Amino acid sequence: MVLRHAYLLRTSWPRIFEMMYWPTIQMVLWGFFTLFLATKSSYIAQATGVLISAVLLWDVLFRGQLGFSLSFLEEIWSRNLGNLSVSPLKPAELMAALMTMSVIRTLIGVLPAAGLAIVFYEVSVFELGLPLLAFFTNLLVMGWAIGMLVCALILRVGLGAESVAWLAIFLIAPVSAIYYAAVFEGMRAILIDGVVRGDLLLRAALLNLLYLTIAAATFLYSFQVARRRGLLLQIGE
Amino acid sequence: MQAPVIEVAGLTKTFNGVAAVAGIDFTVSAGETVALLGANGAGKTTTLSMLLGLLLPSAGSVRVLGEDMIRHRYRVLGRLNFSSPYVDLPRRLTVWQNLMFFARLYGVPSARRRVLELAEQLDIADLLKQRSGNLSAGQKTRVSLAKALINAPELLLLDEPTASLDPDTGDWVRGYLEGYQRRSGAAILLASHNMAEVERLCDQVLMMSRGRIVDRGSPAALLERYGQDSLEGVFLDIARERQGPDAPERAAE
Repeated sequence: MVLRHAYLLRTSWPRIFEMMYWPTIQMVLWGFFTLFLATKSSYIAQATGVLISAVLLWDVLFRGQLGFSLSFLEEIWSRNLGNLSVSPLKPAELMAALMTMSVIRTLIGVLPAAGLAIVFYEVSVFELGLPLLAFFTNLLVMGWAIGMLVCALILRVGLGAESVAWLAIFLIAPVSAIYYAAVFEGMRAILIDGVVRGDLLLRAALLNLLYLTIAAATFLYSFQVARRRGLLLQIGE
Repeated sequence: MQAPVIEVAGLTKTFNGVAAVAGIDFTVSAGETVALLGANGAGKTTTLSMLLGLLLPSAGSVRVLGEDMIRHRYRVLGRLNFSSPYVDLPRRLTVWQNLMFFARLYGVPSARRRVLELAEQLDIADLLKQRSGNLSAGQKTRVSLAKALINAPELLLLDEPTASLDPDTGDWVRGYLEGYQRRSGAAILLASHNMAEVERLCDQVLMMSRGRIVDRGSPAALLERYGQDSLEGVFLDIARERQGPDAPERAAE
């Protein structure tokens, strides 16, 4: 499955461009904003990397979710889901492939933006050190959970719901303490106070485990419903 | 005695109370080619979907290669394959990339060799570097057939295998399928509207109408039973609900 998507990405510069453009433009915009605020606020001046790092981590969540959902949508757009569904590929294996593609797509999108943040603003998200890996993993897992729910919805109601793939993150924004509390609090604790908050990371990890379990069960259940309703061969609008 | 490749008993599928398939029974043995023949909406594609485990039956049982397709389809999916106009191969991928992808998905040993072998047999070697989305209908059919044969299936399920092909390409595909079956001993179940195709390829024909198998037999037996000189005449008799002089199942209904 990963090979199939690698073939696709290798020959499609618009897809690569879309993945890289938004994280980069977000980073640049928030970089300018940070520079402006740093002249007005001693808090921002002390920790100029907070906003840019937050934007980059936010994009890990957003791209992680999109990476999962869009890889699934590619199969529907190309009318290949029927072929996959009659192959020995199990739904759980499909999920694993989509998660792998989500990691690849996220790295393609976020790594160039993180590099440019060093060049443009001398802000390196990599200075977060090892906890960055924990933040990255937590955000990605949360993205997968939302992606699975989006795909489950598409399986239930068809391609009419595809725009939810782009909307989903913003749908939960009002109730997610703006930008995913545990991870972003943890990031601020490192950048501002120089403290690694293991309690926040653990809380985030446990919550994500719960979300992922619920989302995976919903995704698999939707496959079963699609089998009952005969949607796997002819999924459309 | 060898177990049938397909065993269907009392197979039923209802959508919102309407029966798309209503309690059908049949078997297909190894090396046999069987056609599901019927008008649009007769239940052919629904039956194929249930055989593949893509669609859960409302009642009845389906066993394929000895396994219950409702509960244990993943035990046998690697031993069968499928081609249908309802599915496509990813259009941006080249023919080579698509075939390599499916070869790996089916765990085909020596995937490269198998792809090259099929490309040679199906006369698509010069298409391997082309994007699948740029192929003509005839080329697409041959590539889809290569995908369906990638794992050398013991059971091949084909939905309208020569639909939208010109007579020459259609004839070539039918000839290839005959040869494949002779060489491999595979069972083939096809859903078709093409009477000439069914007459040429099939050992047994299951005539479907409104979700039921209303008659069955070899092409020759059906022609004799309905007093027709082509399966098209038999098809029209059944579609228009005229009974042949000796149509026992229909007479019994």
